[in-house]
Amino acid sequence: MKIPNELLYTRSHEWIQKLDETSARVGVTDYAQNQLGDLVFVNLPEVGDPVTPGESFADVESVKAVSDLYSPVGGTVSAINEELLDAPQRINEAPYDAWFIEVGEITEYGDLMDAAAYEAFCAEEEAKH
Amino acid sequence: MNLLFEKSVPGRACTLLPDCDVPNAALPEQFARQQPLHLPELSETDISRHYTELSKRVHGVNDGFYPLGSCTMKYNPALNEEIAALPGFTGIHPLQPEYTAQGCMEVLAEAERILCAVTGMEAMTFQPAAGAHGEFTGLLLIKAYHRSRGDLQRTKILVPDSAHGTNPASATMTGFEVVNVPSSPDGCVDLDALRKAAGPDTAGLMLTNPNTLGLFDKNILEITRIVHEAGGLNYYDGANLNAVMGVARPGDMGFDVVHLNLHKTFSTPHGGGGPGSGAVGVKDLLVPFLPNRHVVEKDGHYTFEDAEQTIGSVKAFYGNFLVVVRALCYMKMLGGDGMRDAAQTAVLNANYLKKLLEPHCDAATPGLCMHEFVLTMEHLKKETGVSAMDVAKSMLDYGMHPPTMYFPLIVPEALMFEPTETESKETLDWAAQTIAEILERAHTDPESLHASPTRTPIRRPDEVRAARTPKLRYSFDA
Repeated sequence: MKIPNELLYTRSHEWIQKLDETSARVGVTDYAQNQLGDLVFVNLPEVGDPVTPGESFADVESVKAVSDLYSPVGGTVSAINEELLDAPQRINEAPYDAWFIEVGEITEYGDLMDAAAYEAFCAEEEAKH
Repeated sequence: MNLLFEKSVPGRACTLLPDCDVPNAALPEQFARQQPLHLPELSETDISRHYTELSKRVHGVNDGFYPLGSCTMKYNPALNEEIAALPGFTGIHPLQPEYTAQGCMEVLAEAERILCAVTGMEAMTFQPAAGAHGEFTGLLLIKAYHRSRGDLQRTKILVPDSAHGTNPASATMTGFEVVNVPSSPDGCVDLDALRKAAGPDTAGLMLTNPNTLGLFDKNILEITRIVHEAGGLNYYDGANLNAVMGVARPGDMGFDVVHLNLHKTFSTPHGGGGPGSGAVGVKDLLVPFLPNRHVVEKDGHYTFEDAEQTIGSVKAFYGNFLVVVRALCYMKMLGGDGMRDAAQTAVLNANYLKKLLEPHCDAATPGLCMHEFVLTMEHLKKETGVSAMDVAKSMLDYGMHPPTMYFPLIVPEALMFEPTETESKETLDWAAQTIAEILERAHTDPESLHASPTRTPIRRPDEVRAARTPKLRYSFDA
C-alpha cells in the first residue's frame, strides 16, 4: 500500500496536497480505493461550491456500494477533475494522480495526519477486524 | 443466446390474439404512427422456445434454495396465482362504477383490516407499488403531518447506519436531510448518538427492526420514545416483518407509520422487477393525510374516499391490485396462528443454518439471530485470498442462489443469509454441508473458487464493465 510522504491524510481516507498557501488538491488514498473495489461512477461538486471540513463533497460508486468523500478543508471548489467522470478506473489505477477537486480560498483545515501517522492509523483499522 | 430481434425473419408471424369483437376505431391523424412498429417477426414455436430457453438460464425459488438476505425469497403458494387469475379480479376496469366492483373493494378492505391487525396500525393504503415507494409515501405523510401543525423546522430524518440503502434515498427524495445514526458494537442503535441527533429539527426516524444484521433492537421502546419526545415520528421499514409477523407489532413498538412489502412477507412473486406492493399503514394521527381512493365501508357497501388533507395520489388508481389479492389469499390460508408459525419457523430456520455454519466461518454477531444473519469472510480473504464474492459465485455451481453480498455495509466481506420458513431441514442441512465444503476448498484450492462458477449457463459476468458501459437497449443498426 502506497502512502506518499509529501501528502497529508484524513481519518476518512482522503489525501490532500497543498498547492500554495490557500489552495490544495484532494483525492482518495490507495487504502480507500482498495477497500472500495472497482469504481464505476463518480459524482463531483461544481466549481464554486463551498466545502466544509468533515462534510461530504463527492461520492463514488463501486460494484459494492456508494460511498461519500469528506472534505479535509474548508474553502471553495476551484477546479474538478472531469476526467474521472468518464474514467473512474483511474482512481483504482493511480489514486494519488487521480485528484477529485482543487480547493481555493481555504479558510480552515480539518484534522490531518502526516504519512507516518496515517500509516499507523491504517494498521490500526486493519487490526480492528 | 440470440435476442428476439436477432431471431426475427421478415414475414414470419403467428396468431395469438383473438378476433377483435368490437368495431375498429380510427385514431386521430396526429396520434397515428408514421412508420410501422419495429417488432420482431416470429412463429409461435420460435417464441415458445425463446422463453423456455430463457427460463433455463435463471434460478428462481421454484428451482432451488434461495437464501438472498433481506429479500425474503419464500415459496409463493400456487393457490395465490389461481385466485388472482379469477376473471372477477382480472376483468375489471378502474373506472367502472363502485357498485359493480364491491367484491374487489372488499378484498382491499379485508386485506387492510388484517394487515392493520398484524402491524398495530389504524388504516392502510395499497397505492405504493413497492417497498421504496412505500417509504417515499410514508415520509410524505410525516411531512404533511408536521406542515399541518405549522411545524416547518423539522427538516431532518434520522437513519441508523445499519438501515437499508433505500431509507436515506427516500428521505432525500422527499426533501429531507438525512442524519446518520451510528450503531453500537452490539449492532443496535447507539442510544447516546440518537439522543444527540434528535431535536426540534427532527421530522422522524426510519428504522428496520429486526435490523439488517438480523438483530431485534432490544432498546426499541427507548428508541421510539426518544424520537417522540423530540417531537418526531417513527417510521417502520417493514422489510424484515417476516421475523415478527403475528408475534410483535410495530404499532406496539412505538411506530406511527409502517410500510410492508406484500411481495416479500406475504408471498407474492418478486425478484423479477415486480409488480410489488408497498402497502403503507398509519396510526390515527396520519389518517387525515392518506393517499387518494382509500376504501371505506359505508351503509353496508364499499366506497372510495379521499382523506381531508390527502397527500394526493402516489400511483394511478388503487396500486397493484392483483398483488393484494395474492397477499390476502396467503393470509386467509395461514390465519393468525399460521402467520405466527411462519415467522417463528423463519427465525428457527435462520438460527439452525447459522449454527451449522458457525464452525466453518465467522458470524458478524454472536448468539441468536432473527430471520436472517450475516457472515463475514474477512478472515478467509486475508488467509486465502478467497472473497465473499468467490464463495457466493461458487454456491451457484451447486444449484443454490447466493446470499446477499457486501451488505450491510458495516460488515466487511459480508454474506447475508435469509433461508425463510419454507425451506425444509433437509435443504438446510444440504446447504450447510455444501457451503462448508466450499469454505474448506478455499484453503486447499483457492484457484477453483476464483474461477467459479463453471457449471452455470453464464460464468462470471464482467460487473465492472456492465456498470461502467451499460447497454440498455437493442440497437437495430449495430
